[in-house]
Amino acid sequence: MSNNDEKSSYEGLPVSLDKKLGVPVWNDVRELKLRYRMSLGKIKKFFSALSEGKIMATKCKHCGRIYFPPQADCPYCMRSDMEWVDVPNEGVLETFTIVNIKPTTFSHYDDYVLAIARFGDGIKVLAWLRVDEKSRVRIGMRVKLTVIKRIPEGYYTFELEPID
Amino acid sequence: MVRNLRKVAIIGYGHSKFGKRTDVNFFELGWESIKEAINTAGISQEDIDFVALSNFGLWSSEPSPAASILEYAGLTPKEVIRVETACSSGSAAVKTAYMAVASGSADIALAIGIEKMHESGTSDVVELLGRIGSYFWEFENFGPTFVGYYALYANQYMHKYGAKEEDLAKIAVKNHYYGFYNPKAQFRKKITIEDVMSSPYIAWPLKLYDCSPITDGSAALILASEEVARKLTDSPVWIKAIEGATATANLAKRDNYISIPSAVIAARKAYKKAGIDPEKPYKHIDVAEVHDCFTIAEIMAYEDLGFAKRGEGFKLAREEQTYIGGLIPVNLSGGLKSKGHPIAATGVSMMVELTKQLLQKVESARQAPINNGTALAHNVGGTGHYVFVTILSLSK
Ligand SMILES: [Zn+2]
Repeated sequence: MSNNDEKSSYEGLPVSLDKKLGVPVWNDVRELKLRYRMSLGKIKKFFSALSEGKIMATKCKHCGRIYFPPQADCPYCMRSDMEWVDVPNEGVLETFTIVNIKPTTFSHYDDYVLAIARFGDGIKVLAWLRVDEKSRVRIGMRVKLTVIKRIPEGYYTFELEPID
Repeated sequence: MVRNLRKVAIIGYGHSKFGKRTDVNFFELGWESIKEAINTAGISQEDIDFVALSNFGLWSSEPSPAASILEYAGLTPKEVIRVETACSSGSAAVKTAYMAVASGSADIALAIGIEKMHESGTSDVVELLGRIGSYFWEFENFGPTFVGYYALYANQYMHKYGAKEEDLAKIAVKNHYYGFYNPKAQFRKKITIEDVMSSPYIAWPLKLYDCSPITDGSAALILASEEVARKLTDSPVWIKAIEGATATANLAKRDNYISIPSAVIAARKAYKKAGIDPEKPYKHIDVAEVHDCFTIAEIMAYEDLGFAKRGEGFKLAREEQTYIGGLIPVNLSGGLKSKGHPIAATGVSMMVELTKQLLQKVESARQAPINNGTALAHNVGGTGHYVFVTILSLSK
């Protein structure tokens, strides 16, 4: 195949030259915006509790296993007889990072501290850790789980917070 | 347990140039490795009974690429199955092709892994990778990135064992050193500890040079039954074991962040099947390709695979024991770090590399001494959601 790219014109086409390689690239004329619709029916209590400021897990009435994130079904017992329990108040920070390079849909936030904490009853939670001074975050520090309103979207979610 | 499986040999291999491949479209990129694999096997398309294709996609335009690739490569109307296990999809494709041959369903099978990540912009690729973790419970509210997930491992590992950022940097320096000699690698540039240490943080404590890049590439293998392999080649490379395991998708549900539990399980299964001493696997294995998507991942791999005791993997890096001439050479291809990491092509690429290593067909500066005729590939999907450990051997 001959390569006459330098001489070619792409007038009237969505074609641009790749900056690094100088080769022509077709810029898609179709843009798809995707937003999923995820069903909550069987664990709706989690969300009604969240909007009342509480964070809950499910507990299998048969074997006592606790599920966080909440599950409607216990696959170990093959049963779906669950009760709702509160996540314990106090936990310990197991690990954390500061996300500097963010995904597209998170690019409007300041750099955030992503952390995992262990609470009682075997519950572990990944969430943002809210701190004024990122340099003071330490593995092993005591944390609590709180419901906050996420800005700018204005919806309730949960975050970790140091216990002073 | 399945018994009476047939032996399966690699009889052909192909590998595209890895990198930013805006010079070719999706199908041309796939054809580069398929063509080479067919040629090295000395067969033609009509000899292939079955195709397993891995492509994670989402960042590239073809939503159902399997039939399209077959069409371009002159493989229609062959049977094909597309498989997906995130960053270990390539190993899943090889396993699928392996099972087709081992079971007797096919005599000759093609495994192809392909990814064209540069069809999307960087921050969208960062987003799509982050979404692999656990979409609803982890991504939707907290926006983890893949670097962020591995930074959670790095922080706990360093805190627990006293490893330093400089120890992680040693992995990047080694893999760039060997990538320099690999003509298929994305980055062919040697780097220093200072280069790594002065690169910007992406997710503390991981920096730009701790991370594998966004890569376009494809890799392909032709597998054959023993009977067919004996007719077609004097130098088959045997798949002694290709074993997988899983771990929770929610990283929060793991016991700790110093190890990938699915890697430990997959390695144990593979060592048992291949007759390798799990206490001293490096006594049997001449060369390994491990999943260094981030530098910390290679250090955890040393421990999860039994190359080092728990908590001592970083010392192998510090003492440069994974260069040629050390305890066990690792990632002589340049690894994901320097060769590049086209998500669903990586597992196949590892096995192409190891096949060539065992046949002593790679560039001399990065050729491992082949004493036992055994090589290992360790391919992690997600944050350990999926792991495959594969043992290749010159002897059946
Ligand atoms: Zn139960």
